Amino acid sequence: MPDTHDVKPSRLEPPPVTRRSFLSIASLVSFLAAMGTALAGVLRLPKPTVEPGPVRRYKVGHPEQFPVGAETLFAEQNFLVRRDAAGVYAISTTCTHLGCAVARTAEGFACPCHGSKFAANGRVLAGPAPRPLPWLEISRAADGQLVVYVDREVPEGTHFQA
Amino acid sequence: MRTAATPPEKTSATQEFLDNLRQLPRNLKDAWFRLGRLPESEREESQATFHNLFLHLHSVRVHLRTLEPSLTLGLGLMATFSFLVLVVTGLLLMIYYKPSTALAYQSMKDIHYVVATGRFIRNIHRWAAHIMVIAVFAHMARVFFTASYKKPREFNWLVGLGLLVLTLALSFTGYLLPYDQLAYWATTIGANIANSPRELTDALGITPYFDPGGFQKRLLLGANTVGEDSLIRFYVLHVFILPLLLVILLSVHFWRIRKDGGLARPEDPAGGLAEWGGKLHRVFEPLATKTYGLMAVVRGRRPPVNRGPEGTVMSWPHLLWAELAVLMLTIAVTLALSFYIDAPLKEIANPAVPENPAKAPWYFLGLQELVSYSAFMGGLVIPTIAVIGLALIPFLDRRPGGEGIWFGMPGERDVAWQSLLFGLACTVGLLAFTVNFGWLRNWFPEIHQLWIIAINPGSILVLLFAGWSLWVLKRKDSVRLAAVALFTCFLVGFVVLTYFATVHRGPNWQFYWRPSQWPVH
Repeated sequence: MPDTHDVKPSRLEPPPVTRRSFLSIASLVSFLAAMGTALAGVLRLPKPTVEPGPVRRYKVGHPEQFPVGAETLFAEQNFLVRRDAAGVYAISTTCTHLGCAVARTAEGFACPCHGSKFAANGRVLAGPAPRPLPWLEISRAADGQLVVYVDREVPEGTHFQA
Repeated sequence: MRTAATPPEKTSATQEFLDNLRQLPRNLKDAWFRLGRLPESEREESQATFHNLFLHLHSVRVHLRTLEPSLTLGLGLMATFSFLVLVVTGLLLMIYYKPSTALAYQSMKDIHYVVATGRFIRNIHRWAAHIMVIAVFAHMARVFFTASYKKPREFNWLVGLGLLVLTLALSFTGYLLPYDQLAYWATTIGANIANSPRELTDALGITPYFDPGGFQKRLLLGANTVGEDSLIRFYVLHVFILPLLLVILLSVHFWRIRKDGGLARPEDPAGGLAEWGGKLHRVFEPLATKTYGLMAVVRGRRPPVNRGPEGTVMSWPHLLWAELAVLMLTIAVTLALSFYIDAPLKEIANPAVPENPAKAPWYFLGLQELVSYSAFMGGLVIPTIAVIGLALIPFLDRRPGGEGIWFGMPGERDVAWQSLLFGLACTVGLLAFTVNFGWLRNWFPEIHQLWIIAINPGSILVLLFAGWSLWVLKRKDSVRLAAVALFTCFLVGFVVLTYFATVHRGPNWQFYWRPSQWPVH
């Protein structure tokens, strides 16, 4: 009976895989697969499935409370509501740079944290802010009050006809 | 009594019990202190070192160069000891601190005004944290400028870098816990820096499909804004996960020092003269027969028995004294600072009105200055480049030489000075230019965000430093000198930006010469 170990291993005739080494490689692979899956399961936990923050949808009052040309700031909720000839609109007052609350100034808005400046309509004038202040979606609740959705953006210039 | 040599006489069990009871104090003492007195011979001194779990981190003998204070300045020890102080004071603070948005601030007030010694303990925690950050940075600089990262210590350099990152992460997570105005807004800024890849994805219009920024922010905060979920996450990271990782890495760090043959030092010529501490010392050829190879196989020559032929002394008591001296110094400085200067506590967190200016802890202020040009570039890309660059140093500079000597290669000191001036000129010049003339957005208000991300004072600074380093590489024909150039520039940039943002940035992040010029509001 020819001894298989005498055959010189080559690309065409690779050395035979023994049962022992096959089993140990297989068990190693299954061990790694099990540990990897467990790790993935563990790492999945810290990523929140739902947003546990407050629901950022606010009733701001009846349309008559916002006469043309007026501006109402909701500082706690970080937005303001205005009405012009075209209708009512809301602008976020959270800086698009790093999330500080911007302050109202003569020319528009100024961020206290890194000096971004915005025009009254939210456009960036200076500083590191990458985007204009977003305009927010408005709708009317069943009781006739206006509702502002702080987490929903609308294109600049979108007015709500109230 | 150790009289085992004489066979015990036959006594009754009662008598034996009474004898044992009588000898109990002595035997208890023997069990605790095996030697029972201070070691007197070198043999006993070596046993004192390696028969003790905590002391056996040390080798039995230590080279006199290693004990030379000017080599290490005790910085690594200082960082370690301030960490110990932080663990002790942190555990004490945990007794009263309540990690919930409704109670956190009130419990801080309690610690400050009501708890006996609470204010002092909190001050110590705060000051020890400052000292630890300073010591870790300075330790890194010391290891770099004494070329102590070279083979076989590359791996330990990486471990040290991990420890630097962990130290900063610990500081950052601790910053939120008081839940005052400073904490709330600094954390909001930090979390939005994690969110800043959106700057790029928004500019490319792919955020709805690929949003790593939003993922990072949510993972960090557990919500969209800083609140209850963020506080508990930061708390768990601060009091458990990060300290645990730090202790693990610290153990590896110490263990590697031993395995790599002690602190880096130049090889002493056998049978000749060697210079350390400003004096010439005679180096003998060691007797090869008897060595202290007790612990394990370590790299380098093992120290021979008997009085230090090649300049080694017993770790007990010489190294122990040195360590205790650094411990005393660290604690003394911490206590003195904590006695006179209180840790700050602002008003309770108010999500409607930011602190103005809202400044991060001082060691992040250099980053905050960069962030004020582009959040993505300054907050993520440049720090990542810096960490990767630091990690690669020992793998790009592999030529041995100069280990354990400050500026040990010819020309190093000159390059360091030149780089210091170059880095100073670049950083100050760019800051002065930006303060006076603004940047791209001021000149072209409609410019695309991608231009701002690519071209801003931070990225220009990185390019200038890299260019300078390449120029040194070409001109001096030495990788080590190029590394010295880059590292010096990095240090200078870090220090200048930190100083600038600390002192010269006021409300609305505007430039002021002095905080006393800030407008009253």
